[in-house]
Amino acid sequence: MEHTAREKTLWTIGLALVLIFALIPVVWIISLSLKTPATITDQAFIPSEFSLENYKSLFDGGISESPFIKPLINSLGIALITTAVSIVLASFAAYAIARLEFPGRNVILAGALAIAMFPPISTVGPLFDMWRTLGLYDTWLGLIIPYLTFSLPLAIYTLVAFFKEIPWDLEKAAQVDGATPFQAFTKVIVPLAAPGMFTAAILVFIFAWNDFLFAISLTSSDASRTVPAALAFFTGDSQFTQPTGSIAAAAVIVTIPIIIFVLLFQRRIVAGLTSGAVKG
Amino acid sequence: MADIVLDHVTKKYGDGYEAVKSMDLEIKDGEFMILVGPSGCGKSTALNMIAGLEDISDGELKIDGEVVNNRAPKDRDIAMVFQNYALYPHMTVRENMGFALKLAKVDQKEIDAKVEEAAKTLDLTEHLDRKPANLSGGQRQRVAMGRAIVRDPKAFLMDEPLSNLDAKLRVQMRTEVAELQSRLGTTTVYVTHDQTEAMTLGDRVAVMRSGVLQQVDTPANLYNDPVNLFVAGFIGSPSMNFVHGKVHGDEVELPFATLPLTDELKGAVSDGQEVICGLRPEHFEDAELVGDHLGEGVTFEAKIDLVESMGSELYAYFDAGSQEVEKVEQAASEAGLEELAGGDTNQVVTRLSPESKAKRGETLKLWVDPDRLLLFDPANGERLRS
Repeated sequence: MEHTAREKTLWTIGLALVLIFALIPVVWIISLSLKTPATITDQAFIPSEFSLENYKSLFDGGISESPFIKPLINSLGIALITTAVSIVLASFAAYAIARLEFPGRNVILAGALAIAMFPPISTVGPLFDMWRTLGLYDTWLGLIIPYLTFSLPLAIYTLVAFFKEIPWDLEKAAQVDGATPFQAFTKVIVPLAAPGMFTAAILVFIFAWNDFLFAISLTSSDASRTVPAALAFFTGDSQFTQPTGSIAAAAVIVTIPIIIFVLLFQRRIVAGLTSGAVKG
Repeated sequence: MADIVLDHVTKKYGDGYEAVKSMDLEIKDGEFMILVGPSGCGKSTALNMIAGLEDISDGELKIDGEVVNNRAPKDRDIAMVFQNYALYPHMTVRENMGFALKLAKVDQKEIDAKVEEAAKTLDLTEHLDRKPANLSGGQRQRVAMGRAIVRDPKAFLMDEPLSNLDAKLRVQMRTEVAELQSRLGTTTVYVTHDQTEAMTLGDRVAVMRSGVLQQVDTPANLYNDPVNLFVAGFIGSPSMNFVHGKVHGDEVELPFATLPLTDELKGAVSDGQEVICGLRPEHFEDAELVGDHLGEGVTFEAKIDLVESMGSELYAYFDAGSQEVEKVEQAASEAGLEELAGGDTNQVVTRLSPESKAKRGETLKLWVDPDRLLLFDPANGERLRS
């Protein structure tokens, strides 16, 4: 469809407005993170004095003293483990749901959806009690388990859609070629469902990385506290100063892994990977 | 290489539907066997059961003398070519063809050699490092064949492998498949709904209908000597004409002519019996063009409704004028021939020489060969013979 110059102008203006609306808070945070403590409240959009002091302070004192390094490690570890386990489990489940006829298939799918709908806040109280009893409170596992519970339905749904797109004949061909069902899955289905796997991985990672509710409720120390929760415990230099600068700097830093993760995996989400498998 | 024996093989689904009913079929070592029938007749299901992709509900399947009912596809040593080729899109042609050997942990050097050899046979050498997406339909089809032949399996199973190709390529590939099979001498089971493929490719053809095997024979025998109305109507294009007839002594009275019965037919029918008469289009001729054979046949006059000239031959249609159309239609539909009998069972197709002067709307003197007449029982569609 050809666009007239007028349409193009309108589109450009519209897009610019959306971009500005979405990016101003980000730029604002970056700007804050670069200000010195003295100028932090000057309301200037562009810092009058640039300083990396806020970033330095986050890492001051190494792993034992810094309020940020250990939470960052926790966040990365917990989010990556959650993502890996979630994708492996979800791909098995989704493959079965997409391919096999078994009683209760729809119940499983509906159940998964119901869990995803469940308000996390209502599980926090019971989890807190259970984790204390089981000794999972304030551990990585204590966060990974609820993250898995809430991310699996999402991952399963995404993957079922992708698996259903793969022609069944490919799997039959693999079986006749001498593959065991597991080999057919790993050597033929998984490579073809890779875009779906990466999509699901991005969604799960972002969910686990951004979570605040479970992180603040089920942790009590740097042993497992993740960055979003740790930010809430940042203190200023004295009890009368706000830790605005360091929170801004931390917020900028925690955004970086997400951007890297998405960019990295986005390259793998190549549409039309299955083209040529069968006559369309 | 091996023989394949189906002994009362049955496929019954959970809802009680029987896709294949007690099928008995013996495929000899090196034989090219065609399974043919209208869609939904169970031919693909039968093939999938041989492949091991579907469970066998009842009966026994033997490959090379061994019962393989409970063996996984990978343990049956068979190769399959799918209708949609089912190539692995993330692998190159080379990897596609070598996949089975790689799974079998064959030495990489040997895989390369076998793939190269198969590629040479199939004219794919220059495409070995391309992905399926970059190949044409015919090339993809050849890769699918190549994937089967590199393995040197006990049998090839082909599920309508040519049906996705355009008409010209299909004819070309048909010849190639036939050549390949006769050179390799591998037992082949080939499923198709295309009767041209069935007639030209197979050593023997098995005709199926609604899960029941109707007749297994050479293409020529199926054509000339069908066991029932279904096989008679299914094999041949345009299909056989069916008209209602009544036996009077040594003759059978058709709506448009009275034909003498051959000695063989005389013993099969009794006076006054109602029958369905089957006559192939080529058993008619323009009476003026028959020449010396005129006396051997019966002539009659018919008003031509439609003439189709194909260049090498001419199809003339006339109305049988039968008063008993319903009986023929009923027998045809019971035999599962609704789609073949077409809407107008009353119309007779004749194939005449191109020199014929047949014209639409004019009356033409036609000649028919009574020796080729086939009779069927209207009650069950079975062929009547002594």
